[in-house]
Amino acid sequence: MRLRPLAALLLLVASGSAGAADLVVSAAASLTDAFQAVGKAYEAKHPETRVVLNLAASDVLLRQIASGAPADVFASADQTAMDKAAAAKAIDPATRQDFARNGLVLIVPRGNPAKVSGPRDLGGPAVKRVAYGAPASVPAGRYTKAALEQLTLWQAVSAKGVLAQNVRQALDYVARGEVDAGFVFSTDATVARDRVDVAATVPTPTPISYPIAVVAGSKQPKDAAAFEAFVQSPEGRRILAGFGFQAP
Amino acid sequence: MDGVWIPLALTLKVALWATAINLVLGVAVAFGLARWRSPAREVVDSVLTLPLVLPPTVLGYYLLVLLGRRGVFGAWLDRLGIELVFTWQGAVIASTLVAFPLVQKAARAAFEAVDPQLEDAARVLGLREVAVFFRVSLPLAARGITAGALLAFARALGEFGATLMIAGNLPGRTQTLSVAIYAAVQAGDDRTAGLMVAVVSVTCVVALLLAGWLAPGRVRRVRP
Repeated sequence: MRLRPLAALLLLVASGSAGAADLVVSAAASLTDAFQAVGKAYEAKHPETRVVLNLAASDVLLRQIASGAPADVFASADQTAMDKAAAAKAIDPATRQDFARNGLVLIVPRGNPAKVSGPRDLGGPAVKRVAYGAPASVPAGRYTKAALEQLTLWQAVSAKGVLAQNVRQALDYVARGEVDAGFVFSTDATVARDRVDVAATVPTPTPISYPIAVVAGSKQPKDAAAFEAFVQSPEGRRILAGFGFQAP
Repeated sequence: MDGVWIPLALTLKVALWATAINLVLGVAVAFGLARWRSPAREVVDSVLTLPLVLPPTVLGYYLLVLLGRRGVFGAWLDRLGIELVFTWQGAVIASTLVAFPLVQKAARAAFEAVDPQLEDAARVLGLREVAVFFRVSLPLAARGITAGALLAFARALGEFGATLMIAGNLPGRTQTLSVAIYAAVQAGDDRTAGLMVAVVSVTCVVALLLAGWLAPGRVRRVRP
């Protein structure tokens, strides 16, 4: 009798270990909701597999994979992160494919307190802070920087910049009204449409396309390839389109 | 090198402010708790110790919800023109909260170790309560309080989670060493990260050595 709590504790500790059929998918933060749905649909078709999502900024995921994190699939929000992964021989280059497209938008908190209607307004005195992903590690931040450089607004805006660790943090800062405006993907703005307004769509010098690839060190490359194929299948495309992603 | 010195200067500024605030607040609360005779005393003590055990993200969330522009106090502060989120003052609040129990615990133990007969003697000699505190209790507890303050300083130097949530990651303005290390590692800049890691480690070891040297247990016994 007295050992029962101890046994329960041991059971709790032991139950934490992962099963053999876990497929670890490292996906860009902007894919959070879409890949949760894709993962569920994939599990329904492959009951022997459990899709485990690892969500963060693309460069963070890349660093984890390059350092030997046990991921099977890598989906990033820009080509730069995937190029780095390829250069680090962290992915199988033969499996690399673009699977979705997205847009960059300028968002404001509901009600638009600083009266922002486009990127040109960000230099004005009404705007104190602008949130976007850290360009060094977040694709959405890199797209933002490139777009603003093209408009010769980067210097003015970066002086007010609040660097987010991933695109969803930038979204959260705007949704909470802690910043006057922010740059996120159009799909992120849709997720929080009851709390943020899209002030403008921002053209980017390079199109926003999402590459996916099987991780080089994957212990289950077949399952990983099957997941990648599912993402690009008509059913996968339909789920992604439901979250606002466009076909590549 | 600016990449290291600017965050270092900011970190020291934040940690010094947090320690100074905690010295005043922590000592006052600790003295109150040490002298207060009530069953509620341990409850209050437990609540005040929470920052030591709660996840920093929980503290960060509380601070964001309370002090954010749309927060309970934040909206009111905003009207007064006071902004805390994404400012270095916000970082001071996060560090102060996280390190508070370290000063309070150490100071309370130090006050409780003061012989009440010495305080009574001072009263008999005509000193008023304020004078008893400043001329008898505080000097006798000073060593323990200083050790607690050094621990709090070291803790404030390393504060990360709550700081990142309320003060954000604004290079040159709120990017403290621990936040800068995080950003550098994320960006794959291992050289800068390594340099900053070394700076933080050395500073914390020095603070801990000083705290250990000042700790009450190390007071040399006077031989009879």
